Amino acid sequence: MILAWLILWLLAGGLLAWFSARWGNAWPRWISLITLLVQLAALTGLWIGFFSHGNLAVAAPGQWLAELNLPWIPAWGARFHLALDGVGLLMILLTSFLGIVAVAASWQGIQHRVGFFHFNLLWILAAIDGVFLAVDLFLFYFFWELMLVPLYFLIGIWGHQNRVYAALKFFIFTQASSLVMLVAILGLYFAHANSSGVYTFDYLGLLGTPMSSFTEMALMLGFFIAFAVKLPVLPLHTWLPDAHTEAPTAGSVALAGLVLKVGAFGMLRFLLPLFPRAASDFSTLAMSLAVAGIIYGALLAFSQTDLKRMVAYTSISHMGFVLLGIFAWNQLALQGAIVIMIAHGVSTGALFVIVGDLQDRIHTRDLDRMGGLWSVMPRLSGAGLLFALASLGLPGLGNFVGEFLVLLGVYQVSIPLAVLASLGFIVSTVYALWLVQRVFLGRNKHHRQLPDYNLRESAIMAVMIVVITALGLYPQPVLSTARGALKKLGSYAPGHHQPEASGAVAHKDPQAGATKPGSGS
Amino acid sequence: MLRLLFLIPFFPFAGFALLALGGRRLGRRGSAAIGAGSVGLSALASLALSLDFLISPPAGYSYSQTLWTWMKVGGFDPGISFYLDALSLVMILVISVVSFLIHIYSSGFMSADEGRRRFFAYMNLFVGFMLTLVLADNLVLLYLGWEGVGLCSYLLIGFWYKDAANGRAARKAFIVTRVGDAAMAIALFLLFNKLGTLQIQALMRLASAHWQAGSGLAVAAAALLLTGALGKSAQLPLQTWLPDAMAGPTPVSALIHAATMVTAGVYLIARTNALFSLAPHVRLLVAVIGAATLLLAGFSALVQRDIKRVLAYSTISQIGYMFLALGVGAWSAAIFHFMTHAFFKALLFLGAGVVIKALGEEHDMFRMGGLRKQLPLAFWTFLAGAASLSALPLITAGFYSKDLILWDAWSSASGSVWLWAAGLAGAFLTSIYTFRMVFLTFFGRSRGRIGSLPGFSMQAPLVALAVLSLAGGFVEAPGLPVLSRFLHHSLPAMQQAGSATAQFAFGLIAAAASLSGIYLAYHLFLRRPSHAEALAASAPGRLLHRWWFAGWGFDWIYERIIVMPYTCLAHAGKNDLLDLIFTGMARTAAGAGRLLGKTQTGRTRWYAAGIAAGVIVVLAMMVNW
Repeated sequence: MILAWLILWLLAGGLLAWFSARWGNAWPRWISLITLLVQLAALTGLWIGFFSHGNLAVAAPGQWLAELNLPWIPAWGARFHLALDGVGLLMILLTSFLGIVAVAASWQGIQHRVGFFHFNLLWILAAIDGVFLAVDLFLFYFFWELMLVPLYFLIGIWGHQNRVYAALKFFIFTQASSLVMLVAILGLYFAHANSSGVYTFDYLGLLGTPMSSFTEMALMLGFFIAFAVKLPVLPLHTWLPDAHTEAPTAGSVALAGLVLKVGAFGMLRFLLPLFPRAASDFSTLAMSLAVAGIIYGALLAFSQTDLKRMVAYTSISHMGFVLLGIFAWNQLALQGAIVIMIAHGVSTGALFVIVGDLQDRIHTRDLDRMGGLWSVMPRLSGAGLLFALASLGLPGLGNFVGEFLVLLGVYQVSIPLAVLASLGFIVSTVYALWLVQRVFLGRNKHHRQLPDYNLRESAIMAVMIVVITALGLYPQPVLSTARGALKKLGSYAPGHHQPEASGAVAHKDPQAGATKPGSGS
Repeated sequence: MLRLLFLIPFFPFAGFALLALGGRRLGRRGSAAIGAGSVGLSALASLALSLDFLISPPAGYSYSQTLWTWMKVGGFDPGISFYLDALSLVMILVISVVSFLIHIYSSGFMSADEGRRRFFAYMNLFVGFMLTLVLADNLVLLYLGWEGVGLCSYLLIGFWYKDAANGRAARKAFIVTRVGDAAMAIALFLLFNKLGTLQIQALMRLASAHWQAGSGLAVAAAALLLTGALGKSAQLPLQTWLPDAMAGPTPVSALIHAATMVTAGVYLIARTNALFSLAPHVRLLVAVIGAATLLLAGFSALVQRDIKRVLAYSTISQIGYMFLALGVGAWSAAIFHFMTHAFFKALLFLGAGVVIKALGEEHDMFRMGGLRKQLPLAFWTFLAGAASLSALPLITAGFYSKDLILWDAWSSASGSVWLWAAGLAGAFLTSIYTFRMVFLTFFGRSRGRIGSLPGFSMQAPLVALAVLSLAGGFVEAPGLPVLSRFLHHSLPAMQQAGSATAQFAFGLIAAAASLSGIYLAYHLFLRRPSHAEALAASAPGRLLHRWWFAGWGFDWIYERIIVMPYTCLAHAGKNDLLDLIFTGMARTAAGAGRLLGKTQTGRTRWYAAGIAAGVIVVLAMMVNW
């Protein structure tokens, strides 16, 4: 039941925030903040509970950390079926955390229709949580679509100059691709009914549905297109720079931090397990697109003159690593993909917050109107430098752990793709250092006097810095939480030839034990 | 006692954290005290640990300590683990002591700079990462230190960020070394994939046990690691970042060139020597690259005007000697030269800093002169460093380390007369360019009054380093090789052919090369400067001068084959060409809509005609079918 409460709590908080606006603009902000803080606290408690009870090791299909299964539309075989596994738990934690960041970052920036703004924000988060929890395809599709509308409003109402174009483009891309997925869901539904006579949308029921390889490939592609638009995958990414750039800060944080993750999560939860053979046949192409995205995103990020657009393109590059990790489909790469999803949410979210703070101060996103800001805003600049470094994959910060694990895993599958993807290390350095140079370094020509971060803004950054550093130096809690779910995912791989993380030739160390790390002396 | 190993990198990191978070309330003295103090504590800890290590060596002559498991996925479980053995012990001693002296000097040198808190924060971070690098027990942690020093070099080279040129030099350093880093990362993937661990000691044992000498995998892994080392150690063809790296404050150059960063590549190859021994061709390549680099950089140093640029090229050249030594299997000779080089190169940079500051930020040696009288302490210490760099026989540390490398290049089983000859020619070049620098700067006519004189905090490190530059070589005196005996606990001994008499004879030849170079510099730049000018003014002289001055044109080539194409490509694609697919679709749809919209005229007879035409067409189709 706790799972339904997670979603209902946010929906209720959103409604309350909307109605409370009549008492003053501070009300919706505080209500949203408290709603999310309570949710994060509850989730953290839950998480610690799972750790102390050792629940996270569950790896058999049908075993969940928590589950809620209620009848919904019996005539169609659709049930209100929510279930939580380790990966979903991590994603929901990320959602709450970035939700808090989004609320805190909008504290002063949003002054217009504050109640409706927070209603939309919380409903987006609720729908995203729903996507992370739903294990009934019909319910999943419901949440998937629910996410879209408030996001459309968020961009279209509170966005920047070109917001209407961006909102419409975003809506058309996601809506069109969602319809393809709906067709694929129905295709799977009928294919399953044909072979077994049972009409069901239930995930576990649909697993292992016998299909011709052509049908499987076609249905897999239907899912892939919807997820690929969200992730995004080249060449379906072109909505992203517009939407991210035009959205208000909270919208950009939600888009980059969460909406992109929904695409990756969909692949992990549905695409690979439901269509293992097709996904495996498709993997080389998907991974090639991923590598192309890594390089292409970095190259275009380097050439942008709008700071927010630049950050948006870096997302495309990072998500390339996630796609690469998913389709490499071994434990190393999958764990790496999970870590990147979280690290990217935090680091790119932080960059979008910083861009928003900058825009509030200097009223432009144009790189030519920036430069030398370090001399007037050392705290903001220091934070900007740190997250730019996270973006280029500096060891010690979260993104590195993810990228390293992904590449380590990909190397076992395809050496050329791993080598090409390693070029990402170089091109990401180029754009990240260019960003730092253009914004923070050089001579300050335009802005002699600007306020540096205040307490609220410093606190947001401090928390995000702590998280990204912790993820970089001790990612084990995340890896352990995801392990059970990813082991299960690994078991769906065709042939299930999972090498236990090590390579083809795992050698025994001839002297192992002889000079084991001494614990004292 | 050894359990305190983690404190050695911990202190500088803690210093960084304090400086970064402390804010303005630390004040001027506070920043310097924390900055120098943290590294001082680290140096003290290193000394204490070394004593303990020597007095009661741990079992197996090594000690490891795991703080926590960094990440664990299946069999991949690198730890935040440190490994102390003879090699890393020598490294941490040199790094922490030399860095400490540089920090003391900086407290005087940077006392008037408004960014000193940031400066000391970055310097501490730099030392912390370097100590992590050499203490790392596995390649992933080593990679963390490896990237960390790259980052800090970026931050410090571009320390005076208001000047765009400094930012450019800083980015160049980071990006060029990152090219090598990417290759090194691939080496890590390969090694883990084939051997199932990245713990260095286990990896070396496994590689030796499972791979044949000359096998493809060993060659690939060694070549990739070598590429990483070339970037960090500024060897051909990735050397171009180092000459520009002197854009930072002078103590930074001392730190980058002497104690940290550039020696990382030497350490990496020495640390993974078992792997390089399995790939003899790559090892030969190491020696050849070292020999070529030391010559090319030596020629470039010969024609520079900027005193720091001379020193920068000389660093590239001296690291070339270390690579030469590594390539012929003289592992401990390379580490020995690393040590003496750290002493005299730090000394030379710090001395140059005194000169530059005294002349009001003047870098051009041709506008200096006669400083011998005005800056006596700087002169005598600089002279000690220069003598050591030129390998002045018997009394300098540089002589013993360089002589050893030259002898090993000849006598090693994998050595050759060519490698030896290149090294000897390099030694000759080294003493010419070094004493050209000394004569131009400190001798000749004085050019007016000088500004600030160095205070005690800047003088004391000079004296300490001068003593080390002269006496530091006696740890490896011929006949009493204390250092290499100690290092042989970690590094294999070299197979040597050659008698003691031959070694003595070769020592004489090396000494002659050094002395004749000094004499030639004296002749060309002090006694008869007109000869040098005539030489430079001749047609081939002018051509070579330009070519060497520009570092053999590597920058020119890279600019054209890599930088420009990349930026052009980026700017051509700025508006995201792939979006044309979708904007094209949108335009087609809108156009078609407009076209069809024209049929909506509102005239009933047109509609009636349309319906009738449609009926006819449908009927015709039905009939024919």
